[in-house]
Amino acid sequence: MNNKKRFFAVPYVVWMTAFIIIPLLIVVYYGLTNVDGKFTMENILAMFTPINMKALVYSLLLSFISTVICLLLAYPLAMILRNADLKSSSFIIFIFILPMWMNFLLRTISWQTLLENNGVLNTILSALHLPKQHIINTPYAIVLGMVYNFLPFMVLPIYNTLVKIDDNVINAARDLGANSYQTFSKITWPLSLPGVISGITMVFVPSLTTFVISDLLGGGKVHLIGNVIEQEFKFKYDWNMGSGLSLVLMVFVLISMAFVTKYDKDMEGTNVW
Amino acid sequence: MANKLVDLQNISKAYGDNVILDDLNLYIKENEFLTLLGPSGCGKTTTLRIIGGFETPDSGKVIFEGKDISKLPPNERQLNTVFQKYALFTHMTIAENIAFGLKIKNKSRQYIKDKIEYALKLVNLKGFENRSVDSLSGGQQQRIAIARAIVNEPKLLLLDEPLGALDLKLRQDMQYELIRLKNELGITFIYVTHDQEEALTMSDTIVVMNQGYIQQIGSPEDIYNEPQNAFVADFIGESNIIDGIFVQDEVVEICGKKFACVDKGFGNNTPVDVVIRPEDIDLVDPKEGTITGIVKSLLFKGVHYEMEVEANGRDWLVHSTDLSPVGAMVGIKVDPYDIQIMKKPESEDEEAVVNDEQ
Amino acid sequence: MVRKLSRRVYLTVMLIFLYAPILTLVVLSFNASKSRAKWGGFTLKWYKQLFSNEETLNALYTTLLIAFLSALIAVILGTLASIAMNSMKKKPRALLMAITNIPMLNADIVTGISLMLLFIFVNVVFRTRIRLGFTTVLLAHITFNIPYVILSVMPKLRQINKNTYEAALDLGASPIYAFYKVILPEIFPGILSGFLLAFTMSLDDFTITYFTTGPGIETLSTQIYTEVRKGIQPEIYALSTLMFAAVLLLLVFVNRKSAVKEKE
Repeated sequence: MNNKKRFFAVPYVVWMTAFIIIPLLIVVYYGLTNVDGKFTMENILAMFTPINMKALVYSLLLSFISTVICLLLAYPLAMILRNADLKSSSFIIFIFILPMWMNFLLRTISWQTLLENNGVLNTILSALHLPKQHIINTPYAIVLGMVYNFLPFMVLPIYNTLVKIDDNVINAARDLGANSYQTFSKITWPLSLPGVISGITMVFVPSLTTFVISDLLGGGKVHLIGNVIEQEFKFKYDWNMGSGLSLVLMVFVLISMAFVTKYDKDMEGTNVW
Repeated sequence: MANKLVDLQNISKAYGDNVILDDLNLYIKENEFLTLLGPSGCGKTTTLRIIGGFETPDSGKVIFEGKDISKLPPNERQLNTVFQKYALFTHMTIAENIAFGLKIKNKSRQYIKDKIEYALKLVNLKGFENRSVDSLSGGQQQRIAIARAIVNEPKLLLLDEPLGALDLKLRQDMQYELIRLKNELGITFIYVTHDQEEALTMSDTIVVMNQGYIQQIGSPEDIYNEPQNAFVADFIGESNIIDGIFVQDEVVEICGKKFACVDKGFGNNTPVDVVIRPEDIDLVDPKEGTITGIVKSLLFKGVHYEMEVEANGRDWLVHSTDLSPVGAMVGIKVDPYDIQIMKKPESEDEEAVVNDEQ
Repeated sequence: MVRKLSRRVYLTVMLIFLYAPILTLVVLSFNASKSRAKWGGFTLKWYKQLFSNEETLNALYTTLLIAFLSALIAVILGTLASIAMNSMKKKPRALLMAITNIPMLNADIVTGISLMLLFIFVNVVFRTRIRLGFTTVLLAHITFNIPYVILSVMPKLRQINKNTYEAALDLGASPIYAFYKVILPEIFPGILSGFLLAFTMSLDDFTITYFTTGPGIETLSTQIYTEVRKGIQPEIYALSTLMFAAVLLLLVFVNRKSAVKEKE
């Protein structure tokens, strides 16, 4: 019976080969050739031109900051949710899945309304006699957009590893003399590390490669590497160049993936739902 | 008389409307093996967790070596716990697990190394230092959990149903191990279980609990031979609990027949509960029995036969090494000192009587 | 006590952070002014106009159709794959799981670009005339939806006691009958949540759609993206509010029902 069951995977394997693996190989092909189909390193090296390098470094910086902020916000939230002893997952769904029914672009755009110079946030600030903040169309707005959009992908994996920790394991550490700080650093944190690593990857990669958030909240002033690649494909129609730049970007993605596979062997962290 | 190591004074605990413990008083002497025994939900685990510091009592005090530790967090209490399902740290090796408490206390490297070696030897797992938790069987994990606790040289070890997840043979082996450990280490054990056999085998003192109240405190022999109420009699071992009338001192009427007993002072012609253990009933020639009956069923149980005898309108459970075939007429005889008389509770609720004198 | 309070406060602040933009959009849908920055008074105008706005209704139809079809096909492929993987040995299973994780961990922009290049490449090499549009978007959505289904179904399959299936066979059931009567009911909650998750992900996707779509076909995402520059039609806010409210009500209803069931 098991032998027969294995054939159920055939359609899936065919599909994933056709629509995941082959497409990625085609990106490699385009990235390493020019318009005439000849081999070239030009498209890869294009990343190191000052203008592209600046975009890449800037993207790395903003996505790094966003990831750190997400981690700092998400860990306490995941701890609170774990200790809340939820009987069903419906509360988690309410918090994180429900917002997706408002379109991603609209949710991001509405931050414009909230952050504008005469927007909701500044109205509240001036009502409290606090100085107005100029946030919209700055890198701060982009970081905020990244944190807002990708926070769930940090909370869920961490939450999933935290709920698996038996209460008595925490109690045992306390019983053996560890104070709350030692219990956290020696027990809770190391046991949640697979979730943390997954979370970092799932926030860092989309932040690094986004072009929409910078477009909508940066006011066209901030150029990230995602914007550069999008332009190559959608406006310059230079697929070779776009593919070459994507390949460089994929190096960072692959490094992240390697980390996840190393620390999260059962992939329990990516199993967000 | 040894000193009181732990003294629980007027402990109460409730979750919402659900009262778990109601004004519990109990002390544990130094070097005692004390077992909290009762069905699930009787409050035994909560009592243990209150001593360990994982639950705070709503009212009452926990006195440890004369000091009130009710408000101390678990890490500042001089005692250690062996948890149900072991609660080992899966991200650490066996040695790291055992060293955990010692590292927190900043012991020297050599001291820790010696202690690990000593503890592993003590639990018969020499050479397991670098194994991972996942590679151990349930019994081995249990030993490591004990080793992890005892290296800290606690005055008191709390054990929360530590053998519950093991199979029968292993459980029996571990019972001997625990007694040996306790004698070698000379520390006080508080042991929680719902298994009466475990309690009878290992304990110096057994505390039988039900519905948040202590039912009886005593040595295993006391608890078994002289249960103070029907609950204890029913929970510990098998027994015939029969409605009877205490006619006068040393005479009790059961099923319309008078039996000689050794109890006094229940008041003439008072309804009482009578407990007779199945192995204390002698099946004799019908002419010699106090009452006569017919054997209804017969089971071979290895060490003895288990028989049900119908006599004077009720079924009597009898354990005997002598076989009486089904259908046989038999006489029932009970020695006076094998008849245990108990006061009848006035209502169902009073089965959970407070009984905290040791 | 202080601890409990600070937890409450933190949770509340995070909820406000996550829901502030959504609340803003709901408010905007009742805003008489077309500008996002000004409150021009309460109106239901956009809700009325929504039903005569053919462009938006078309985009809605396309979006829902793609979401439904992609979720459905992903559920079929994903469930079959999960059953197969569950009966595999460790190594091949790990390999397939790694492939499953690629679209989840990879950047959307790379997934989008690679699929776009695939369709172009096929046209060049096989001289076919695949046009970027409904079909290509659907194929792309199925691709990124399958992993969500697998991740929802796999845990349920692992929970099943192998003996129950064998018991069914032992009692005389054919393998197919045993699957329908024993396995399927057990994994059905996983399949359902996989479907809903896939549906939601398809609905919310912009990046991959953006690269695999072509002229003449718009989803809500791509329509909104085009309108960002010239000003978004407030009807879109009205539509989003309606969709959000519908799902919210559905979730509340389902929860109530399961809560009542639990009590019984």
